[in-house]
Order: sequence, then C-alpha cells, then structure tokens
Amino acid sequence: MGNAEERRQDILIIGGGPAGLAAALSAREAGAERVLILERDRELGGILNQCIHNGFGLHTFREELTGPEYAARFTERVLRENIPFLTDTIVVGVERMENGRKLVTAMNRERGMFEIEAEAVILAMGCRERPRGALNIPGFRPVGIYSAGTAQRYVNIQGRMPGREVVVLGSGDIGLIMARRMTLEGAKVKAVAELMPYSGGLRRNIVQCLEDFGIPLKLSHTVVHISGRERVSGVTLARVDENRRPIAGTEEYISCDTLLLSCGLVPENELSRSLGVTINPVTSGPFVNESLETNIPGVFACGNVLHVHDLVDYVSEEAAAAGKHAAAYVRARERKENAVGGADASAGIRLRAGRGIRYTVPCALRLSHLEESQLIRFRVDDVYREVSLCVYFNDTRVESRKKRVMAPGEMEQIRLKKEQMESFHDLHTITLCIETEKDGGKEADASWMKEN
Amino acid sequence: MDERELICINCPLGCVLTVNTDKEGTVSVSGNTCPRGEAYGRTEVTDPRRTVTSTVRIQGERERVLPVKTAAAIPKGKIMECVEELGTIAVKLPVTAGDVIVKDIVGTGIPVIATKSFE
Repeated sequence: MGNAEERRQDILIIGGGPAGLAAALSAREAGAERVLILERDRELGGILNQCIHNGFGLHTFREELTGPEYAARFTERVLRENIPFLTDTIVVGVERMENGRKLVTAMNRERGMFEIEAEAVILAMGCRERPRGALNIPGFRPVGIYSAGTAQRYVNIQGRMPGREVVVLGSGDIGLIMARRMTLEGAKVKAVAELMPYSGGLRRNIVQCLEDFGIPLKLSHTVVHISGRERVSGVTLARVDENRRPIAGTEEYISCDTLLLSCGLVPENELSRSLGVTINPVTSGPFVNESLETNIPGVFACGNVLHVHDLVDYVSEEAAAAGKHAAAYVRARERKENAVGGADASAGIRLRAGRGIRYTVPCALRLSHLEESQLIRFRVDDVYREVSLCVYFNDTRVESRKKRVMAPGEMEQIRLKKEQMESFHDLHTITLCIETEKDGGKEADASWMKEN
Repeated sequence: MDERELICINCPLGCVLTVNTDKEGTVSVSGNTCPRGEAYGRTEVTDPRRTVTSTVRIQGERERVLPVKTAAAIPKGKIMECVEELGTIAVKLPVTAGDVIVKDIVGTGIPVIATKSFE
C-alpha cells in the first residue's frame, strides 16, 4: 500500500463476505482503529450477492431478506463507519513475524504485489463447493458440468443461463435452490439425484424448490455415466445399495445439456495452513479457543472458514465475537501484556465431542478469558429423536437437556455459564454427548428421516 | 371431504401436517407442533402463496442483472406468469434497493421491488 501508515494495521480481515463485514464492524465498535478488509471479488458481500432468494436474517433482523438485502445491511454500516476495504484484491500469503505481528502479502491490478503488517488477522475466507461429485463419474469432461454455486453466479449476477435441460446431482440447499431458479428462468430440471437415502437440504427447500415445480427427487441414486464429448448430451442415473454402490440393471438414461453438482461445502483454509494454523479434520476449519483464536496467537477465524454454517445469521454473530476478541488482543498487545494464546488444548479446559457429537466450536476454553457465559456450537453425527443432550464436567454429568429432534444438517448450540465452570474443582475436560432414555443401550432411532 | 398431507415449511422441524377440508369448506389441521404450522396448513390448502425472487435485465448492460422480489407472497399458481413478465423488462440505472420495478405483477396487486442498489 501507498504510505507507511496504511501499511500498518491493527486488524486485517481476509474476506469481505458476511463474516468479514460483521467482524470489521464489531472490531471497530470495540475500539480497534486501523481495520482493513481485503476482498477477492469486485464488491463486498461475498456469496450473499448471488443468493437472491429470500429467507436470510430472520434471527438477526426479524424479517425475511434476500441475500443482497442482508449484505447491504452490513456493507452500508461499513461505509458509514468509514472502515477501509480493498476489492479485487487477493491475499497470497500470511506469515508470522518475529515480533508476533503478521505480514500479509496481497495483490491487485492497481498495486501489484504489496505487503501489510497487522497485529491481528481475522480469517474470513468462507468455503468452497466440494468438487468430488464430478471426480468419481466416468466419461469425458464435456462442457455443461457446473457446481451449483457457479451456475448460481452465472444466472443471478451475470444473467446467463448455463443450459436448458438440467440434472442436479446432490440435494444440498444450493442444489435445491438452483433447481428452482433454473426452472423459473425457463429451463427444464429433469431430476435431482441424491446418493444418500435422505436429502442434505432443508425440508422446506424440498417443498418450495422441488415439489412446487414437480421436480423429482431421486434418493439413493447417483450419476454413473455422462454422455457427450464436446457438450453434455445426457447422464445415466442408477440406484445405489446401502453401501452406496450402483445396482446393475437400475440404470436410467436422461437426456440433458447441463449437470449441476451440489455435493457439500469445504472451508477454504489454504492460507491458514500455510501460516501453520492447525486444522480440525472433522470441520476442515481451524481449532479455536473461546475467543475464536487459532493455535497462532492473534489469528482469529469465523464464519464458513471455521465451520460450514446453515444460517448466515449465525455467521454474523460468530464473526462479531471474533472481531471483538481481536480488538481485545490488540489492546492487550499495546499494553505489552503478553497474551498467552491460541487454541492449545493444554492451556485450559478441553472441549470434547462425545458420543453422537461430530465436533464443537470452540474446542478449548481459558477460564481467564471467558465472559459470563460461553456459546458452544456443534453438530450431531446422525438423526436423533427424543434424546438428551448431556454436558459432563470431567466425569460428572452436570446438565441434561431433552431434545425432540436433532439432525446433522442443523447446527446446534448450547451456552455454558462461567460461574458453573469456575466453581467445579479441577475442571479440565467438558464433554458434550447424546444420551437416550435407557442409556448405554440402544442407539437412537435414525430411520424416520430416511423415508423422506 | 378432502385430506392432504403437507410438510410444514415454517421451520426446520418439518412437521408432517394432515389437512382436512369438509363439505362446508371448514379446514382442520393436525400434526402441527405450533400455531404457525396450523396457519401454514390452512393457507396452503385454501390460497397457497410464495414470495418470488428473480432478476431483470439492465438497459445497456450485458454483464450483470438486477435482483428483484415480489413485495409480498403471490398466489402459487401465478409464479411462472410472474417470472415470464419479469423476463420482458429491462430497467434503467440508477436503481436503489426497494425501488418499485413493476407496480402490479400479473394482476395480483403486489409490486415487484429491487433487492439491490446499482449506480
């Protein structure tokens, strides 16, 4: 960047989507002066700009907004607060300097390659679509195969239609929403095929996006062949058995010119890894402590780069916490307090994902840094009905909450009180787990949703 | 007597509703866990509605389109007609989010408004 002052930042935020924007606003609110957002795309707002459907913001604003409207609520505040940002700017590297500051290398057309020093960095790069769906499918690589999100960008931002006759593989929410969107734009969506015996998308989207338009959802089906050399001319679907292997004799040819893939999302952590951030293999996002700080002091993470969320409202909330903690870190460094940091489990109370729980965010808590209560977000590993969500302090069960239904597709949360943790003698491990009525016995019944 | 099974779209629980309509047109809903489910079941069999979100072209632009939505839910049966009409429109910039793009979309009395600002 141009001058020396610009080159030194308190907090540098990588990514100007919902997470980056909320983090910037709360960091500024918490007193951080020099905050800068770097955004790869041509405008702020991230993926919300292409999510033109409604349903965002019910929790935050108590109304149903479209993606661009939700984004505008935050970008307008960023502009009002005069928080600087650079668009069309990509970060190519982050390093730790000897003095504990971070050196961020970025580039854009105007400035070429340039460096910025920051006390704290907030990782807010979001996630990307899992391309795996395409890789296991035999056949050529003709034109006409897109990830659902790429198609969404073409249609909703650029006004271009990727094709006229469509098959969607994977029933994640973006796939369902694109099935509807392509239909509204005049395409014929012939089928949505889902490998699993149940949809990965929200039920309400199955109703609003498929059933409203008579689009068939083929559960336990996958694409076994893509026809066409230059351009997709059709796909062959087949039913799969319980081991997800295609069953011979169930093949069905569907002619189409477009195949959309909606096979899940993966946090985008290449930069984090190169910086030495430890990644949780379950979430593909960093391990973080109560302050959403990674194992590297002064490096925070929030939003979909940390773990994939279902609701943007929760992204905003999480990112606001990260922004506040980053500002506190900067203040502590200014006062020369050597913030002991990072999500090093040995530094405090370890949070363990017990039976039925896939992961927790955060995964470590430092009592000294806790606020009155601490929010724990987690997901379960299967569909559970009429179970108890239990919290153990070391080996003692301290809480048990009845849950009517829990599903892997819905992020769950629980609040733990600091007071309760402080008063427990020698607390070193908190475990979250799922227990059934007569526990130790039968696994929770997971069959109900699979009929769907 | 008409019986229909619906999945409630109000929240992630996705309750399976059974909606009965008798000869006099009286609707009864069962299977719901909350009042919102009952309301959904009722309107879904009498007057199903959806908010439509789509895009319209921008005059003189080939690389971007303007996102829009119906300001309220419109009858489900009019969704395709609504997007067909939107396909015939090209707006002039500047546009501010909330600007009315179509005053009354396909005779529903409901306007279509911009959901994004463009200079």
